[in-house]
Amino acid sequence: MSSASEVVLRVEDLTIRYGSLTAVKDATFEVGPGEIVAIIGPNGAGKSSFLSAIAAIAPKTRGRVEICGRSTDGVPRSEIVRLGAALVPEGRQIFTTLSVIENLKLGATIRRDEEIASDLEAVFVEFPVLAERRRQMAGLLSGGEQQMLAIGRALMSRPRLIMLDEPSLGLAPMAIARVYDKLTAIRSRGVAILVAEQNAARAFAVADRVLIMSHGRFSLSGRPDEVRAHRDFDGAYFGVVMGGVSR
Amino acid sequence: MREAAQVLVDAVSVGGLYALTALGIGMIFGVMRLVNFAHADLITFAGYAILMFFAQSTMLAIVAAVIAAIVLALITERTAFRPLRGANPETLLVSSFAVSFFLEKTLIMVVGGRPKGVDFLPGLARQVDVAGVRLQLLHLVTIAISLALLAGTTWILRATRLGLEMRAAAENFRMAEALGVRANRVIAAAFAISGLLAAAVACMIVAQTGLVQPRMGLQLVVIAFVGTVIGGLGSLPGAAIGGFLVGVASILLQALLPEALRPFREAFVFVAVALVLIVRPLGLFPSRSLRQRI
Repeated sequence: MSSASEVVLRVEDLTIRYGSLTAVKDATFEVGPGEIVAIIGPNGAGKSSFLSAIAAIAPKTRGRVEICGRSTDGVPRSEIVRLGAALVPEGRQIFTTLSVIENLKLGATIRRDEEIASDLEAVFVEFPVLAERRRQMAGLLSGGEQQMLAIGRALMSRPRLIMLDEPSLGLAPMAIARVYDKLTAIRSRGVAILVAEQNAARAFAVADRVLIMSHGRFSLSGRPDEVRAHRDFDGAYFGVVMGGVSR
Repeated sequence: MREAAQVLVDAVSVGGLYALTALGIGMIFGVMRLVNFAHADLITFAGYAILMFFAQSTMLAIVAAVIAAIVLALITERTAFRPLRGANPETLLVSSFAVSFFLEKTLIMVVGGRPKGVDFLPGLARQVDVAGVRLQLLHLVTIAISLALLAGTTWILRATRLGLEMRAAAENFRMAEALGVRANRVIAAAFAISGLLAAAVACMIVAQTGLVQPRMGLQLVVIAFVGTVIGGLGSLPGAAIGGFLVGVASILLQALLPEALRPFREAFVFVAVALVLIVRPLGLFPSRSLRQRI
């Protein structure tokens, strides 16, 4: 890809307020091509609001978001994926009344090329459990299988970036391990991954970079080993320390 | 025996009309959570389009009815319902009443409130002999057209990209949008299809009754709406089946009730509806996505 060196996601001074409540304050960071970045923080730290604002699911109050070099200001929800960023939302949000294959085809809504069918087969190779159940209603899949379907659906848009909101929520440890294996495999093909997680252990194991979010701010960031070794880590995770350490 | 077959064909043809009407209402409810009572006016306006052109040519009248209903459906979407997108269902319901009243009163102002006779498709008003039973040709044609339109709508929903996007939007609009589904496209498509169905119903109703009048759509839509509730709001097969059952029930009651009770047949239909809803409050075929919303 000719533009492989460009930043896939750039966020500057993003602030999100709901009435008088500030969910995210002055968040700034970037995701480079093929990078896995994890945003870690306790429930209510603002991770979901943050991803939702990037995906235009929820409005932002202030700040700038660029996906593959293009601003998302005034861009409607349906066009974000056309800029190159696919969302795997919290709770997976698969279409339970549609079949597995229909869910995957919807992932390719933005495409009109001839390779959709071969990409479908590639997803079935990547996720054999979906291939076995391609005609079944997606609502009949287990939680882990639904998470795989949501990731496969995101891949069908051929994104430069996949954003996952709490992919391990409600899953058994085995299923969580499979999800993170897949994320590593996807990254090896050059797709960048931004994952918001409460479950720090998994994210630390696969991420190139982690950002600790508490009370709507990034309080620590850096390589996983750096962040873990930092003396403020426990405090930052639980929101006691507000000062930041930059990479 | 012969009489039973005649009543049955009559009942099925009326059931077909209600099924098409309920399907038109169900389409819009699916993608927008809007119970569109202005669907009545799509039927009525299509009826008046037939009145304007039937004397010149049957084909022209049918084309005019289709264009009138589709254009009116798209105009109401663009001007009245699009600004309210995302509003709660109660607001949408009240606004659809407002649109319906506005259209009906405007029509009365322009053409008057009296019914007008229309000799539309007189060639179908004869009896044909099928296996020794004399049946109304019009009833048979109505059944055939209803089946064709139900099959066509099913095909669009099941086999086309647009249909897949519409079904996805009906289950989870936000997620569909996040995948790149454009709201304006699926909602306009749903309105256009509901307009087409309304035009077909108008053609068959006008041919059967030989009349157009400003409230011709309303009674159909109220009964068909009851059908969508019985079938399960939010489920399209449910809407079609519910509409069909209500239509069939009203004709069978007309035939089977003692003479003195016939004027009250609708009361019996509604009692049956109440019983169905007591046993199955979400309808016969409840929509999974709607259940989650509640």
